Amino acid sequence: MKQTRIIMGMPVILEVVDPGVSGETFEAVFDYFGYVDRKFSTYEPDSEISMINRQELTLEQSSDDMKTIFALAEQTRRESGGYFDIVHNGLYDPSGIVKGWAIQTAAEILQRIGLGNYWVYAGGDIQVSGKNDQGEDWRVGIQNPFNPQEIIKVLSLQNCGIATSGTYARGNHIYNPKNGDRPAGEVVSLSVIGSNIYEADRFATAAFAMGSAGIQFIEKLEGLEGYSIDPHGLATYTSGFERYVAHA
Amino acid sequence: MSRKKTTQAQGFVGTIKKFFLSAFVVVTFMAYLMHERLTNAASASPANTAANTGSVPSVPDPNSYTVPTVAGQFPATIPTMAVQNPGAVSTQTVASQAGLYKNGSYTGPSVDVFYGLVQVQVVIQNGQIANVTFLDYPHDRRTSQEINTQAMPMLTQEAIQAQSANVNIISGATLTSEGFANSLQAALLSATN
Repeated sequence: MKQTRIIMGMPVILEVVDPGVSGETFEAVFDYFGYVDRKFSTYEPDSEISMINRQELTLEQSSDDMKTIFALAEQTRRESGGYFDIVHNGLYDPSGIVKGWAIQTAAEILQRIGLGNYWVYAGGDIQVSGKNDQGEDWRVGIQNPFNPQEIIKVLSLQNCGIATSGTYARGNHIYNPKNGDRPAGEVVSLSVIGSNIYEADRFATAAFAMGSAGIQFIEKLEGLEGYSIDPHGLATYTSGFERYVAHA
Repeated sequence: MSRKKTTQAQGFVGTIKKFFLSAFVVVTFMAYLMHERLTNAASASPANTAANTGSVPSVPDPNSYTVPTVAGQFPATIPTMAVQNPGAVSTQTVASQAGLYKNGSYTGPSVDVFYGLVQVQVVIQNGQIANVTFLDYPHDRRTSQEINTQAMPMLTQEAIQAQSANVNIISGATLTSEGFANSLQAALLSATN
Protein backbone atom coordinates (compact mmCIF):
# COMPACT_ATOMS: atom_id res chain seq x y z
CA MET A 1 0.00 0.00 0.00
CA LYS A 2 1.46 3.30 -1.11
CA GLN A 3 0.14 6.85 -0.95
CA THR A 4 1.45 10.28 -1.91
CA ARG A 5 0.48 13.64 -0.46
CA ILE A 6 1.77 17.13 -1.02
CA ILE A 7 2.79 18.49 2.37
CA MET A 8 5.35 21.16 3.22
CA GLY A 9 5.33 22.09 -0.48
CA MET A 10 6.83 18.75 -1.43
CA PRO A 11 5.71 15.20 -2.09
CA VAL A 12 5.48 13.02 0.99
CA ILE A 13 5.20 9.34 0.10
CA LEU A 14 4.64 6.33 2.33
CA GLU A 15 4.77 2.72 1.25
CA VAL A 16 4.11 -0.12 3.69
CA VAL A 17 4.24 -3.74 2.56
CA ASP A 18 3.42 -5.37 5.91
CA PRO A 19 0.13 -7.28 5.57
CA GLY A 20 -2.96 -5.68 7.04
CA VAL A 21 -1.67 -2.13 7.21
CA SER A 22 -4.59 0.23 7.68
CA GLY A 23 -5.57 3.44 5.99
CA GLU A 24 -5.61 5.01 9.43
CA THR A 25 -1.89 4.39 9.71
CA PHE A 26 -1.34 6.37 6.53
CA GLU A 27 -3.54 9.14 7.90
CA ALA A 28 -1.56 9.21 11.13
CA VAL A 29 1.72 9.62 9.24
CA PHE A 30 0.44 12.27 6.84
CA ASP A 31 -1.26 14.11 9.73
CA TYR A 32 2.04 14.14 11.53
CA PHE A 33 3.80 15.77 8.56
CA GLY A 34 0.98 18.32 8.40
CA TYR A 35 1.50 19.09 12.06
CA VAL A 36 5.25 19.56 11.52
CA ASP A 37 4.59 21.84 8.56
CA ARG A 38 2.17 24.04 10.50
CA LYS A 39 4.67 24.40 13.29
CA PHE A 40 7.95 24.86 11.40
CA SER A 41 7.05 26.41 8.04
CA THR A 42 8.78 29.75 7.58
CA TYR A 43 6.37 30.42 4.67
CA GLU A 44 3.36 30.19 6.99
CA PRO A 45 2.80 33.46 8.90
CA ASP A 46 0.91 31.69 11.71
CA SER A 47 3.50 28.99 12.30
CA GLU A 48 5.33 28.89 15.59
CA ILE A 49 8.69 29.48 13.88
CA SER A 50 7.29 32.59 12.16
CA MET A 51 6.08 33.90 15.53
CA ILE A 52 9.56 33.35 16.94
CA ASN A 53 11.09 35.17 13.96
CA ARG A 54 8.73 38.10 14.56
CA GLN A 55 9.77 37.99 18.22
CA GLU A 56 6.19 37.42 19.29
CA LEU A 57 7.30 34.27 21.05
CA THR A 58 10.53 33.46 22.85
CA LEU A 59 12.19 30.09 22.64
CA GLU A 60 11.43 29.61 26.34
CA GLN A 61 7.72 30.10 25.62
CA SER A 62 7.74 27.78 22.63
CA SER A 63 6.56 24.17 22.40
CA ASP A 64 8.65 21.16 23.39
CA ASP A 65 9.10 20.20 19.74
CA MET A 66 10.43 23.66 18.93
CA LYS A 67 12.88 23.47 21.82
CA THR A 68 13.94 20.02 20.65
CA ILE A 69 14.65 21.27 17.12
CA PHE A 70 16.65 24.25 18.40
CA ALA A 71 18.69 21.96 20.65
CA LEU A 72 19.35 19.50 17.81
CA ALA A 73 20.29 22.36 15.49
CA GLU A 74 22.76 23.70 18.03
CA GLN A 75 24.26 20.25 18.50
CA THR A 76 24.63 19.87 14.73
CA ARG A 77 26.16 23.35 14.44
CA ARG A 78 28.84 22.34 16.96
CA GLU A 79 29.44 18.93 15.40
CA SER A 80 29.91 20.48 11.97
CA GLY A 81 32.32 23.18 13.12
CA GLY A 82 29.72 25.86 12.42
CA TYR A 83 28.86 24.84 8.87
CA PHE A 84 25.34 23.89 9.85
CA ASP A 85 23.45 26.95 11.04
CA ILE A 86 19.71 27.59 11.17
CA VAL A 87 20.27 31.35 11.36
CA HIS A 88 20.11 33.02 7.93
CA ASN A 89 20.02 36.79 7.62
CA GLY A 90 19.05 37.07 11.27
CA LEU A 91 16.07 34.74 10.97
CA TYR A 92 15.66 31.14 12.00
CA ASP A 93 15.08 28.61 9.24
CA PRO A 94 15.25 25.11 10.72
CA SER A 95 14.22 23.38 7.46
CA GLY A 96 17.70 21.84 7.18
CA ILE A 97 17.00 19.66 10.18
CA VAL A 98 13.20 19.44 10.43
CA LYS A 99 12.65 17.24 7.39
CA GLY A 100 14.96 14.43 8.50
CA TRP A 101 13.65 14.67 12.05
CA ALA A 102 10.05 14.47 10.83
CA ILE A 103 10.75 11.43 8.63
CA GLN A 104 12.53 9.76 11.54
CA THR A 105 9.61 10.44 13.88
CA ALA A 106 7.15 9.16 11.27
CA ALA A 107 9.17 5.95 11.02
CA GLU A 108 9.03 5.62 14.80
CA ILE A 109 5.23 5.92 14.64
CA LEU A 110 5.20 2.97 12.24
CA GLN A 111 7.61 0.93 14.35
CA ARG A 112 5.52 1.56 17.44
CA ILE A 113 2.44 -0.02 15.87
CA GLY A 114 4.44 -3.05 14.83
CA LEU A 115 5.20 -2.30 11.19
CA GLY A 116 8.66 -3.18 9.91
CA ASN A 117 8.67 -3.19 6.12
CA TYR A 118 8.13 0.28 4.74
CA TRP A 119 9.72 3.49 3.54
CA VAL A 120 8.91 7.10 4.30
CA TYR A 121 9.86 9.74 1.73
CA ALA A 122 9.70 13.51 2.02
CA GLY A 123 11.17 15.80 -0.61
CA GLY A 124 13.95 13.47 -1.71
CA ASP A 125 14.97 12.16 1.73
CA ILE A 126 14.05 8.61 2.70
CA GLN A 127 14.00 6.23 5.64
CA VAL A 128 13.73 2.57 4.63
CA SER A 129 12.92 -0.31 6.94
CA GLY A 130 12.96 -4.07 6.42
CA LYS A 131 12.37 -5.56 2.98
CA ASN A 132 10.32 -4.79 -0.10
CA ASP A 133 7.42 -6.96 -1.26
CA GLN A 134 9.88 -9.27 -3.00
CA GLY A 135 11.52 -9.96 0.36
CA GLU A 136 14.64 -8.10 -0.77
CA ASP A 137 16.37 -4.96 0.41
CA TRP A 138 14.80 -1.77 -0.85
CA ARG A 139 16.30 -0.53 -4.10
CA VAL A 140 16.97 3.18 -3.84
CA GLY A 141 18.16 5.25 -6.79
CA ILE A 142 20.22 8.42 -6.59
CA GLN A 143 18.83 10.97 -9.01
CA ASN A 144 21.06 12.51 -11.65
CA PRO A 145 21.41 16.17 -10.60
CA PHE A 146 21.69 17.13 -14.28
CA ASN A 147 18.70 15.11 -15.50
CA PRO A 148 15.73 14.34 -13.25
CA GLN A 149 14.68 11.45 -15.48
CA GLU A 150 17.86 9.55 -14.81
CA ILE A 151 19.27 7.50 -11.96
CA ILE A 152 23.04 7.41 -11.59
CA LYS A 153 23.37 4.92 -8.74
CA VAL A 154 21.24 2.07 -7.44
CA LEU A 155 21.59 1.24 -3.77
CA SER A 156 20.39 -1.76 -1.82
CA LEU A 157 19.23 -0.50 1.58
CA GLN A 158 17.69 -1.91 4.71
CA ASN A 159 17.00 -0.03 7.96
CA CYS A 160 18.78 3.16 7.05
CA GLY A 161 18.23 6.67 5.85
CA ILE A 162 19.44 8.49 2.74
CA ALA A 163 19.35 12.24 2.24
CA THR A 164 20.45 14.24 -0.79
CA SER A 165 21.39 17.90 -0.71
CA GLY A 166 21.76 19.85 -3.92
CA THR A 167 22.13 23.26 -5.45
CA TYR A 168 19.42 22.90 -8.05
CA ALA A 169 16.56 22.25 -5.67
CA ARG A 170 15.42 25.58 -4.24
CA GLY A 171 17.95 27.63 -6.04
CA ASN A 172 21.04 27.47 -3.96
CA HIS A 173 19.03 26.78 -0.84
CA ILE A 174 21.97 25.67 1.24
CA TYR A 175 24.38 28.35 2.27
CA ASN A 176 27.89 28.32 3.59
CA PRO A 177 27.64 30.36 6.79
CA LYS A 178 31.39 30.88 6.83
CA ASN A 179 31.52 32.48 3.42
CA GLY A 180 29.36 35.56 3.76
CA ASP A 181 26.21 33.43 3.47
CA ARG A 182 27.02 32.67 -0.14
CA PRO A 183 25.79 29.54 -1.82
CA ALA A 184 28.13 26.60 -1.47
CA GLY A 185 29.98 25.84 -4.67
CA GLU A 186 31.88 22.99 -6.27
CA VAL A 187 29.34 20.30 -5.42
CA VAL A 188 25.95 20.01 -7.12
CA SER A 189 24.65 16.99 -5.23
CA LEU A 190 25.65 15.17 -2.05
CA SER A 191 23.88 12.01 -0.90
CA VAL A 192 24.52 10.70 2.60
CA ILE A 193 23.53 7.28 3.94
CA GLY A 194 23.23 6.80 7.69
CA SER A 195 21.69 4.48 10.23
CA ASN A 196 18.69 6.79 10.25
CA ILE A 197 17.44 9.65 8.13
CA TYR A 198 17.84 12.23 10.85
CA GLU A 199 21.60 11.65 11.01
CA ALA A 200 21.90 11.43 7.23
CA ASP A 201 19.88 14.59 6.61
CA ARG A 202 21.58 16.93 9.08
CA PHE A 203 25.08 15.89 8.05
CA ALA A 204 24.20 16.01 4.34
CA THR A 205 23.11 19.62 4.85
CA ALA A 206 26.22 20.48 6.85
CA ALA A 207 28.66 18.71 4.51
CA PHE A 208 27.07 20.25 1.44
CA ALA A 209 27.75 23.71 2.88
CA MET A 210 31.44 22.78 3.00
CA GLY A 211 31.64 22.42 -0.78
CA SER A 212 34.13 19.89 -2.10
CA ALA A 213 35.54 19.32 1.41
CA GLY A 214 32.17 17.98 2.56
CA ILE A 215 32.76 14.42 1.38
CA GLN A 216 35.90 14.24 3.52
CA PHE A 217 33.85 15.40 6.50
CA ILE A 218 31.42 12.54 5.85
CA GLU A 219 34.34 10.12 5.53
CA LYS A 220 35.45 11.00 9.04
CA LEU A 221 32.02 10.50 10.60
CA GLU A 222 31.31 7.09 12.07
CA GLY A 223 28.38 5.31 10.47
CA LEU A 224 27.91 7.69 7.56
CA GLU A 225 28.79 7.20 3.89
CA GLY A 226 28.49 9.73 1.11
CA TYR A 227 28.36 10.19 -2.66
CA SER A 228 29.22 13.67 -3.92
CA ILE A 229 28.83 14.96 -7.51
CA ASP A 230 30.69 17.99 -8.86
CA PRO A 231 29.59 20.35 -11.68
CA HIS A 232 31.44 18.23 -14.25
CA GLY A 233 29.59 15.03 -13.38
CA LEU A 234 32.52 13.59 -11.47
CA ALA A 235 31.51 11.68 -8.35
CA THR A 236 33.56 11.21 -5.19
CA TYR A 237 32.48 8.62 -2.64
CA THR A 238 33.53 7.49 0.81
CA SER A 239 35.42 4.30 1.62
CA GLY A 240 32.38 2.36 2.86
CA PHE A 241 29.91 3.55 0.25
CA GLU A 242 30.47 0.63 -2.12
CA ARG A 243 28.83 -1.88 0.21
CA TYR A 244 25.46 -0.19 -0.31
CA VAL A 245 25.66 -0.31 -4.11
CA ALA A 246 23.30 -2.85 -5.71
CA HIS A 247 25.13 -5.08 -8.15
CA ALA A 248 22.27 -7.21 -9.37
CA MET B 1 26.33 35.88 -6.02
CA SER B 2 25.30 39.52 -5.54
CA ARG B 3 23.10 39.13 -8.58
CA LYS B 4 21.15 36.47 -6.79
CA LYS B 5 20.69 38.57 -3.68
CA THR B 6 19.47 41.59 -5.61
CA THR B 7 16.99 39.55 -7.53
CA GLN B 8 15.85 37.88 -4.37
CA ALA B 9 15.03 41.29 -2.90
CA GLN B 10 13.25 42.46 -6.03
CA GLY B 11 11.31 39.28 -6.32
CA PHE B 12 10.27 39.17 -2.71
CA VAL B 13 6.77 40.51 -3.18
CA GLY B 14 6.29 38.30 -6.20
CA THR B 15 7.52 35.36 -4.21
CA ILE B 16 5.01 36.04 -1.46
CA LYS B 17 2.24 36.25 -4.03
CA LYS B 18 3.40 33.06 -5.64
CA PHE B 19 3.57 31.42 -2.28
CA PHE B 20 0.01 32.23 -1.35
CA LEU B 21 -1.17 31.04 -4.74
CA SER B 22 0.87 27.90 -4.32
CA ALA B 23 -0.35 27.41 -0.77
CA PHE B 24 -3.93 27.72 -1.97
CA VAL B 25 -3.35 25.07 -4.58
CA VAL B 26 -1.69 22.72 -2.13
CA VAL B 27 -4.39 23.27 0.52
CA THR B 28 -7.08 22.73 -2.07
CA PHE B 29 -5.42 19.60 -3.24
CA MET B 30 -4.94 18.23 0.27
CA ALA B 31 -8.51 19.15 1.07
CA TYR B 32 -9.62 17.20 -1.92
CA LEU B 33 -7.68 14.19 -0.72
CA MET B 34 -9.28 14.47 2.71
CA HIS B 35 -12.68 14.72 1.12
CA GLU B 36 -11.92 11.76 -1.06
CA ARG B 37 -10.79 9.74 1.92
CA LEU B 38 -13.94 10.46 3.83
CA THR B 39 -16.11 9.21 1.02
CA ASN B 40 -14.13 6.29 -0.31
CA ALA B 41 -12.37 3.31 1.10
CA ALA B 42 -8.62 3.57 1.03
CA SER B 43 -6.92 2.01 -1.92
CA ALA B 44 -3.83 -0.07 -2.05
CA SER B 45 -1.14 -0.32 -4.68
CA PRO B 46 1.16 -3.19 -5.47
CA ALA B 47 4.38 -2.44 -3.74
CA ASN B 48 7.16 -2.91 -6.22
CA THR B 49 6.54 0.31 -8.08
CA ALA B 50 9.33 2.78 -8.64
CA ALA B 51 8.69 5.99 -6.78
CA ASN B 52 8.33 8.11 -9.85
CA THR B 53 6.30 5.84 -12.06
CA GLY B 54 2.60 5.55 -11.61
CA SER B 55 1.66 2.85 -14.04
CA VAL B 56 0.50 0.19 -11.61
CA PRO B 57 -3.26 0.16 -11.11
CA SER B 58 -4.61 0.41 -7.58
CA VAL B 59 -6.94 -2.21 -6.15
CA PRO B 60 -9.26 -1.88 -3.17
CA ASP B 61 -7.71 -3.19 0.01
CA PRO B 62 -10.21 -5.11 2.12
CA ASN B 63 -7.84 -4.83 5.06
CA SER B 64 -7.75 -1.08 4.93
CA TYR B 65 -9.70 -0.44 8.09
CA THR B 66 -9.47 -3.75 9.87
CA VAL B 67 -6.41 -3.02 11.98
CA PRO B 68 -7.19 -1.41 15.35
CA THR B 69 -6.86 2.32 15.54
CA VAL B 70 -3.42 3.73 16.12
CA ALA B 71 -4.74 6.39 18.48
CA GLY B 72 -2.76 6.45 21.67
CA GLN B 73 0.35 5.22 19.92
CA PHE B 74 1.54 8.66 18.92
CA PRO B 75 4.45 10.48 20.43
CA ALA B 76 3.26 12.77 23.17
CA THR B 77 3.50 15.81 20.91
CA ILE B 78 0.97 14.73 18.33
CA PRO B 79 -2.26 15.48 20.23
CA THR B 80 -1.49 19.18 19.77
CA MET B 81 -2.44 18.70 16.13
CA ALA B 82 -6.07 19.26 17.04
CA VAL B 83 -5.49 22.84 18.12
CA GLN B 84 -2.97 23.43 15.36
CA ASN B 85 -5.52 22.89 12.60
CA PRO B 86 -7.84 25.89 12.55
CA GLY B 87 -8.24 25.55 8.79
CA ALA B 88 -10.05 22.23 8.91
CA VAL B 89 -13.53 23.61 8.34
CA SER B 90 -12.68 25.81 5.35
CA THR B 91 -10.69 22.92 3.97
CA GLN B 92 -13.85 20.90 3.59
CA THR B 93 -15.55 23.75 1.74
CA VAL B 94 -12.68 23.97 -0.69
CA ALA B 95 -12.80 20.24 -1.17
CA SER B 96 -16.38 20.30 -2.40
CA GLN B 97 -15.39 22.86 -5.02
CA ALA B 98 -12.35 20.97 -6.16
CA GLY B 99 -14.31 18.09 -7.70
CA LEU B 100 -12.89 14.72 -8.61
CA TYR B 101 -9.75 14.13 -10.59
CA LYS B 102 -9.90 12.03 -13.70
CA ASN B 103 -7.60 9.09 -13.97
CA GLY B 104 -4.65 9.62 -16.26
CA SER B 105 -1.32 11.35 -16.57
CA TYR B 106 -1.16 15.13 -16.71
CA THR B 107 1.81 17.33 -17.45
CA GLY B 108 2.10 20.85 -16.07
CA PRO B 109 3.80 23.71 -17.93
CA SER B 110 7.43 24.59 -17.47
CA VAL B 111 7.57 27.27 -14.78
CA ASP B 112 10.45 29.70 -14.69
CA VAL B 113 11.80 29.99 -11.15
CA PHE B 114 14.61 32.41 -12.03
CA TYR B 115 17.42 29.91 -11.74
CA GLY B 116 15.81 27.56 -14.23
CA LEU B 117 12.63 25.74 -15.20
CA VAL B 118 10.46 23.40 -13.20
CA GLN B 119 7.95 21.05 -14.77
CA VAL B 120 5.96 18.29 -13.14
CA GLN B 121 3.78 15.43 -14.27
CA VAL B 122 1.04 14.05 -12.07
CA VAL B 123 -0.55 10.60 -12.33
CA ILE B 124 -4.12 10.16 -11.09
CA GLN B 125 -5.43 6.74 -10.15
CA ASN B 126 -8.88 6.09 -8.64
CA GLY B 127 -9.36 9.84 -8.60
CA GLN B 128 -6.37 10.30 -6.30
CA ILE B 129 -2.87 11.47 -6.95
CA ALA B 130 -0.71 8.38 -7.33
CA ASN B 131 2.56 10.00 -8.22
CA VAL B 132 4.28 13.23 -9.02
CA THR B 133 7.25 13.15 -11.38
CA PHE B 134 9.64 15.96 -12.15
CA LEU B 135 10.21 16.26 -15.88
CA ASP B 136 12.57 19.18 -15.53
CA TYR B 137 14.22 21.23 -12.88
CA PRO B 138 16.99 23.81 -12.78
CA HIS B 139 20.38 22.45 -13.60
CA ASP B 140 23.55 23.90 -14.97
CA ARG B 141 26.02 21.37 -16.18
CA ARG B 142 29.22 23.09 -17.11
CA THR B 143 30.72 21.99 -20.37
CA SER B 144 34.26 21.79 -19.11
CA GLN B 145 35.36 18.19 -18.95
CA GLU B 146 38.52 18.66 -16.95
CA ILE B 147 38.64 15.94 -14.36
CA ASN B 148 40.74 15.89 -11.25
CA THR B 149 42.34 12.48 -11.38
CA GLN B 150 43.92 12.82 -7.95
CA ALA B 151 41.35 11.29 -5.65
CA MET B 152 41.54 12.25 -2.03
CA PRO B 153 42.85 9.64 0.43
CA MET B 154 40.20 7.03 1.29
CA LEU B 155 37.89 8.50 -1.29
CA THR B 156 37.19 7.11 -4.75
CA GLN B 157 36.15 8.98 -7.87
CA GLU B 158 34.16 7.98 -10.91
CA ALA B 159 32.24 9.64 -13.70
CA ILE B 160 28.51 9.40 -13.05
CA GLN B 161 26.68 7.01 -15.34
CA ALA B 162 23.01 6.35 -16.01
CA GLN B 163 21.71 3.16 -14.37
CA SER B 164 18.70 0.92 -14.73
CA ALA B 165 15.56 2.57 -13.42
CA ASN B 166 14.50 -0.59 -11.61
CA VAL B 167 14.19 0.96 -8.16
CA ASN B 168 11.57 1.30 -5.41
CA ILE B 169 12.39 4.90 -4.50
CA ILE B 170 14.58 7.76 -5.69
CA SER B 171 16.60 10.15 -3.54
CA GLY B 172 17.23 13.64 -4.88
CA ALA B 173 17.38 17.22 -3.72
CA THR B 174 14.13 18.99 -2.91
CA LEU B 175 12.28 20.76 -5.67
CA THR B 176 11.49 24.41 -5.30
CA SER B 177 8.07 24.55 -3.70
CA GLU B 178 6.68 27.49 -5.66
CA GLY B 179 7.70 26.27 -9.09
CA PHE B 180 6.58 22.81 -8.12
CA ALA B 181 3.21 24.05 -6.92
CA ASN B 182 2.64 26.22 -10.00
CA SER B 183 3.34 23.41 -12.43
CA LEU B 184 1.37 20.96 -10.29
CA GLN B 185 -1.57 23.33 -10.17
CA ALA B 186 -1.85 23.41 -13.93
CA ALA B 187 -1.43 19.65 -14.18
CA LEU B 188 -4.19 19.09 -11.64
CA LEU B 189 -6.49 21.60 -13.33
CA SER B 190 -6.42 19.49 -16.46
CA ALA B 191 -7.18 16.45 -14.31
CA THR B 192 -10.27 18.02 -12.75
CA ASN B 193 -13.64 16.66 -13.73
